[in-house]
Amino acid sequence: MSKCLKCQAEIEQQVTWSTFLLPPEPANLCDDCESQLSVIQAPICRRCGKPHTEGELCGDCKGWKDDDIHCEVLACNRSLFTYSAFIQAIIAQWKYRGDYQLKEIFFPFIKSSLQSFYPLKELTIVPIPLSEERLYERGFNQALAIAEIVAENYHIPIEQVLSRKENHGEKQSKKSRNQRLAAKNPFFLSKTLETNVLIVDDIYTTGMTIHHAARLLKEAGCPSVYSFTLVR
Amino acid sequence: MNFAQLLAGKLLLSSEVPLQQATISYLLRTNQLTQLPSITKKYGKPECRRCGNKDAQLFAKIPCARCDTTHVYCRNCVQTGRVLACDPLLVWHGIEPTYQKQKEPCRWNGTLTPAQDKAATAIIEVIDHPKAELIIWAVCGAGKTEMLFPAITKAIQQAKRICIATPRADVVRELLPRFKRAFPDTEMEALYANSPDKTGRGQLVISTTHQLIRYQAAFDLMIIDEIDAFPYHHDKTLPLLTKRASKASATSIYLTATPRKEHRAKIRRKQLAVQFVPIRFHGHPLPVPQLKIEFQLRKKLQQNNQSTALTQFIQSRSSKRQLLIFAPTIELVEKVSKQYNAISVHAADPDRKEKVNQFRQKKIDTLVTTTILERGVTFPSVDVVILGAGHHVFDEAAIVQIAGRAGRSPDDPTGEVLLIHQGKTNAMEDAIAQIKMMNRKGKNQ
Repeated sequence: MSKCLKCQAEIEQQVTWSTFLLPPEPANLCDDCESQLSVIQAPICRRCGKPHTEGELCGDCKGWKDDDIHCEVLACNRSLFTYSAFIQAIIAQWKYRGDYQLKEIFFPFIKSSLQSFYPLKELTIVPIPLSEERLYERGFNQALAIAEIVAENYHIPIEQVLSRKENHGEKQSKKSRNQRLAAKNPFFLSKTLETNVLIVDDIYTTGMTIHHAARLLKEAGCPSVYSFTLVR
Repeated sequence: MNFAQLLAGKLLLSSEVPLQQATISYLLRTNQLTQLPSITKKYGKPECRRCGNKDAQLFAKIPCARCDTTHVYCRNCVQTGRVLACDPLLVWHGIEPTYQKQKEPCRWNGTLTPAQDKAATAIIEVIDHPKAELIIWAVCGAGKTEMLFPAITKAIQQAKRICIATPRADVVRELLPRFKRAFPDTEMEALYANSPDKTGRGQLVISTTHQLIRYQAAFDLMIIDEIDAFPYHHDKTLPLLTKRASKASATSIYLTATPRKEHRAKIRRKQLAVQFVPIRFHGHPLPVPQLKIEFQLRKKLQQNNQSTALTQFIQSRSSKRQLLIFAPTIELVEKVSKQYNAISVHAADPDRKEKVNQFRQKKIDTLVTTTILERGVTFPSVDVVILGAGHHVFDEAAIVQIAGRAGRSPDDPTGEVLLIHQGKTNAMEDAIAQIKMMNRKGKNQ
């Protein structure tokens, strides 16, 4: 009997013909927790993947289109979940408390949906890096953890070409929207890539982090830059 | 800086030590701090030295960026900080901390009732005996906190370190100001998740049981409140934590209104000293629950029909008091509250605190609740009904506790307690027998 990764409750596996005949897919969450995950469903914004009904682009993306420097850098972003109190609690336990194993919650979702999002075969995965200090504190890079799941499922390479400049260690989540948008590019490229790129991170809030990274990659010659985050 | 006061009796992760890295290295070099392995292996199975977890399912692997190897970490205590196999625990090994000598630490000038006084004297006697244990079996509303004051006064005079552990954060928040008023010159801190009063250097520590995870051999006097309550009774790690936080010579005092079987067996076998406080501080006996049978009750409730017995009770009672209705499941709580136009509350309710406060201020007349309000809350004047009292969540302890919500105030020392059931259970009979026993003891005193 397996236990729910989030709440430690025992998971009851339903007996169906397929679980009776084949070894069952191990479940990670109990039904109650699973039902609280807010999975993004169409209609969504064509560009950033946020649930959005009227018109093709959401308000945020219209803003990006008016931005001279960043308007063309990102082809599109896709995400799995909307930002809810429940997913916030999961991410907090995973990333800040450091409960690494919670990444298994995302396995089935990444496995089932990424194919429909991007032309995966031509992509190289680039995770958003952490500062040295933050990496030591957390013990792992959450973006790299997601990237590894994607790489494993779709057999595409990971290249850690982005690095963080020093003195930019401040947490994004502690800044306001305007502070984030006004911030200078915190990244630099340690190597150039000529393939299409999939940037991977855990959360897309204003999108500033991803646009900074995308701009660097695009300027260095990547034809198209896509991005994938767990939460939008 | 007084490192002894800050670190003595603690068992900390390196990230939890509130000092600079250089200071930590200095303390390690001079052997004032020592390192202990955080996760050890026994017969090939990992064991967390911080929370005592041995369940293989609750260990997971992490490709650690600190040491560049993949090793285990403990998932059982990750909510209070992550234990990595490569990150040793730190323990103080220097001099013992000293606390300010106080002649008269206690400023509380109330008086104890004879029953309270008897218990207080028993506690005072026991704190001089190392390793002694005493259980205080005091009815709901006996005034347990005041009973502790004389013994704590004596312990402070002897410069002992004291811990009051309780299962719930609400109780910690409630106790801190009362103790601060009673012992204004004593270093004191309150520990619960995200507590703002963590100074790390209290002589008197009021803590949730979970927070004791950061202590080892710290306290001379360990007082455990509500030793029968849910997380303590249920979770194997918690008794381990309180035991580890106490010094080997420590005295333990347990407080409870409804001891569990194992404690009662020990009392009967005279392995555990007991002191009864069978009477409430206002001197009136406990209300004895009335039983009311209703056929097909479960079916009626499931089909969203009103319970006849409850409707009759509501119509017949005088509306002077507020009404508190307990139901076994969240689903039923919501159904019943709709039937009677009442407010409902349960553990997952975001407005829980607000609703309970409004009920306390008499802004709400009828409140339907799960067992979350079974203990620790005081409403001055309520009648209590348990609907579906045969459900297994209403065990003997729960029924005694729920009945103990009625008649708390000296202005209205009685109240009705009604158990509506579909067949009497042992729990109901035992609970009523226990209440009657206490009333008998109270009369004889």
